[in-house]
Amino acid sequence: MANKVIVETTINGDPVELLCEPRQSLLEVLRDVLELTGSKEGCLTGDCGACTVVIDGRPVCSCLMLGVEAAGKNVSTIEGLATGAALHVLQRKFLEHASLQCGICTPGFLMSAKALLDRNPNPTEAEIRYALAGNLCRCTGYDKIVRAVTDAAATMAGRSSRTAHGGAVPAETASGMVSEMLAKGEDK
Amino acid sequence: MHAITYETPKSLDEAVKLMAAHGEKARALSGGTDLLIQLRAGTRRPEYVVNIKNIPELTRISFSLQHGLKLGAAVPCIEIHENGDMRKYYPGLTEAAHLIGSLQIQSRASVGGNLCNGSPAADATPALIALGAQARVVGPKGERMVPVESFCLAPGRTVLQPGELLVEFHIPAPERRASDAYLRFIPRNEMDIAVVGVGAALTLDMSDDRVVAARIALGAVGPTPILAAEAAKSLIGKPLDAAAIDNAARLAIAASSPIDDMRGTAEFRRHVVGVLTRRTLAKAAERARE
Repeated sequence: MANKVIVETTINGDPVELLCEPRQSLLEVLRDVLELTGSKEGCLTGDCGACTVVIDGRPVCSCLMLGVEAAGKNVSTIEGLATGAALHVLQRKFLEHASLQCGICTPGFLMSAKALLDRNPNPTEAEIRYALAGNLCRCTGYDKIVRAVTDAAATMAGRSSRTAHGGAVPAETASGMVSEMLAKGEDK
Repeated sequence: MHAITYETPKSLDEAVKLMAAHGEKARALSGGTDLLIQLRAGTRRPEYVVNIKNIPELTRISFSLQHGLKLGAAVPCIEIHENGDMRKYYPGLTEAAHLIGSLQIQSRASVGGNLCNGSPAADATPALIALGAQARVVGPKGERMVPVESFCLAPGRTVLQPGELLVEFHIPAPERRASDAYLRFIPRNEMDIAVVGVGAALTLDMSDDRVVAARIALGAVGPTPILAAEAAKSLIGKPLDAAAIDNAARLAIAASSPIDDMRGTAEFRRHVVGVLTRRTLAKAAERARE
């Protein structure tokens, strides 16, 4: 085995010490070393955004970054978006607006949207579309995704004035929504 | 991808020593948005990959109205766009940096990397040339300043010698009534490689609005980015009217040497050089008058 190195980083808020080869991309390290397989491999050229993670507040294609470069950084992946069993409001809105079909692009879209809303809680539609322009979806199309992000932003703004919660709903509620959606689909 | 040794120096001294020690076996890693693709494809095979993003000189934007701009070679494009001085005083370079790929790419990719990658279609390079940017290069034999228009030698090849590192760009302080602009043509709205790119910088006279200084640079219409010196020179001392702009556009076309490829024919590219030269000059002038 080639020379492995120790990398100390923070992933989804937890300090992590991992062993990887310098040639491994962050995406490979996440998926193959840490078994965090939520980030998807699409094009490996930075065009599709399926591997998007958030590094120190900025969206990044994890396929175009070496794992060793994560040393000392704060890495957020799709696995850290929900709080325990409670989905993040973005995840809930993606379900409510049926913003996914095959779903392989979804983790990347969610992380790009998360990076946007953390920086700009009240984006215009143009700002949302610009922020998501590095994420490609080949089956759902973009309108439903944009609607979900718009709704999530509004919901988070409304909620922040009422409760201290970050806009999460229980996973059971959300999976109930999925069942409903699937049931509706069968009616056709 | 082949096995590599990864180095991450914390100082310029340390980086220069590493680059010198490994010579042509080493490649600097800035945002990695070109390099990682090349490593994976096997088109570049450095044994040593030297991350230059932990070096202060390479990662800072330092600006003053007196001394102008020092732009670190590894500053990510998004930080250029987020910098108020950059947007105000160098809007052309800023818009070029903000055109490179998606936000994911701009969060990593740098103007220095864009130049060192050596693509004739690099968006930031014509904007740098228009501003008269000088590249500060440090290597085992000391340091030198290279005008950006002389930096690229051929597609993928630059003046950097083994062991040398591009540290930062020095860009003159903005004059009064001066500004810049960069425009490119791509067949869709965003996220594509320039078919043609044109950068222009203008200084207009305070009293009579005549052109005092001008630089025009072209991208994607030759093996390297091109300084259209004759086109810019033709404007000096003249009011920037339609005749002067048309003449400069004609000279810019003459300075270009495009090829036919999948992005466009040479004939189409020559036409677009004219169109974009007229538009960038008008835009730079409009900004200079603000």
